[in-house]
Amino acid sequence: MIQLFRNALRDLGRNRRRTFFSALALALGLALLLLMAAFISGEMDSALDTAIRLQSGHLQVRAKTYDQSKTSLKWEDLIENPDLIANQIASLAPVKVASPRLYATGFVSTRNYMSGVRIIGIDPLSEANAPYREGLLSGEFLAPDDRSGILIGRPLANKIGLSAGDQIQLSANTSDGDVTEQTFTIRGIYSTQTSAFDGAVVFLPLAKAQSMTGTENHASTIFILLYDKGQTGAVQEALQSSIYKVLTWAEMNELIIQTEDLSKGYMTLFYLIVLGITATVIVNTLVMSVFERTREIGILAAIGMKGRRIMAMFLAESTLLAIGGILLGLALGYLASSYFAHYGFYIGDIYGSSGTDFLINDTIYTKLTASDATSLTVLAFIVTLAAGLFPAILAARMEPVDALRAEK
Amino acid sequence: MEVARVVNVTRYFKTGDVETQALRGVSLSIQSGEFLSLVGPSGSGKTTLLQLLGCLDRPTSGQVFINGKDVTKLNRNQRADMRRGTIGFIFQFFALIPTLTAFENVELPLLLSNHNAAERRARVQALLESVQLGERAHHRPDQMSGGEQQRVAIARALATQPALVLADEPTANLDTANGHQVMEIMSRLNQDTGVTFVFATHDPRVFNFARRIVTLRDGLIVEDRLVENPAPEPVETSA
Repeated sequence: MIQLFRNALRDLGRNRRRTFFSALALALGLALLLLMAAFISGEMDSALDTAIRLQSGHLQVRAKTYDQSKTSLKWEDLIENPDLIANQIASLAPVKVASPRLYATGFVSTRNYMSGVRIIGIDPLSEANAPYREGLLSGEFLAPDDRSGILIGRPLANKIGLSAGDQIQLSANTSDGDVTEQTFTIRGIYSTQTSAFDGAVVFLPLAKAQSMTGTENHASTIFILLYDKGQTGAVQEALQSSIYKVLTWAEMNELIIQTEDLSKGYMTLFYLIVLGITATVIVNTLVMSVFERTREIGILAAIGMKGRRIMAMFLAESTLLAIGGILLGLALGYLASSYFAHYGFYIGDIYGSSGTDFLINDTIYTKLTASDATSLTVLAFIVTLAAGLFPAILAARMEPVDALRAEK
Repeated sequence: MEVARVVNVTRYFKTGDVETQALRGVSLSIQSGEFLSLVGPSGSGKTTLLQLLGCLDRPTSGQVFINGKDVTKLNRNQRADMRRGTIGFIFQFFALIPTLTAFENVELPLLLSNHNAAERRARVQALLESVQLGERAHHRPDQMSGGEQQRVAIARALATQPALVLADEPTANLDTANGHQVMEIMSRLNQDTGVTFVFATHDPRVFNFARRIVTLRDGLIVEDRLVENPAPEPVETSA
């Protein structure tokens, strides 16, 4: 066996340039796939993480009749005494933070500009709102008793050309179905590095949002973050009640999870296409090698080498080619994905017009998982060996007398 | 003892609609220890007959026996086994594997026959010395002359101690001196080891070494004669 691989190595060394470029084709194919997998993995993780952090939390408690798509503000669809309930939930050990939020729809306007927005009333002191506080770019964060301040995102501020300290009109739906309008002072401008979210969401202190929409002492939801995402099921069980429904992050982010599943399916197809092209290069290299060595195959057959062994000889070559290409590909793929894991890959506001269902950070940080690296390595190895089968069978099936007649 | 026998063998090749009759009914018996030359012009059927004796090809009709066994009935793998254990080959072109050293080329048939490392080393070294290449064991073919390469091929042909060595125009690509040396070595090994040599040639300087000359023409044996005292032309060989 050692002899077989030693000879295979020498045979590959006969045409070093061709061998190198074949291994390089495999390496580049694998590196590209590793980078793609790391990109998708990073994107999906980031999308889910962003959605949980900014929008859904790990759990939300809502009134049984609350319909998120309608952003209902009717009292019967809301949670009464939300602070009290939030405090009770926060006392559970796995809960990191529980904070009430009120959702409303409306639009902001200036003399020349009008844009639909989602209004979120938040408890400015709650740790649940740290991403917005930490993302403050200018001005200051909201205070709980601020009656005229509003926090807007950078994309919206840029669009309307206003900055912190400027005034803006905000119209909002109310619990009785009317629309109310008030002038607010832009207290601060925030960025979560998620353009789709930042361009569509404005924040008010919860008390102000409640008074403006006529929903005093009510909230749309209790937003809950846990210390450990794995505890979601257990906390959901603990919070079950007859008047509220408890939604998990998985239920609230179904679109992201479905997209991830779908993208995995597409990626598998993409992997096979790229590796298929790479396999063609390998087949070509080995077939050329078989034809160049036809007379040698004849000599080996003449001295009694069986077809099985001739086949093993060429399979050993494709195995070595696969190992070389895969090692190089792993190194290149690891380097590329490490680079983008550190510096990120700026994609900009690609989902800007698609609403806030699918939040993607403006910069994707790649994440190469051991599982992706392993499965791609195994797949590349299998595809390369399968590619080596055809030339190996071609060599093994040669008739010695014909092979010996071949021109050198 | 009879090493090989062909009985009324024919071999036809078809290229498109044209049929070539390479052998048209040849019968021949080869005894152990013979140093036999197949002679005749190009296209007379020498190489085809060697290929049939070497189990590299099958006849269109007739039978070929090696050590009493009808090899025309053997399958592909059985013929490979027969070649490995019983037959050695020397070709006109210097048929060595270019990536292997002289030692490894000679060792190859022994590896295929599963000899242990110590056996292989001793046998290969002895064979290389018998063809005067003991010092060149670790040179690759591209570092050796044509004559040296052909001597390595002789050593390889004898590695598994075959009953029959078949050589197809073994000196055709060599100059006179090297050709003579190769024939001398083959003749000496034939006498020393008793292994049977059958070689095809149309060069009188080569077949003059033979102790039996079988002449073929147009796919038929036209003469089969024994030579009492082979008289190769003396040539000043270079070492």
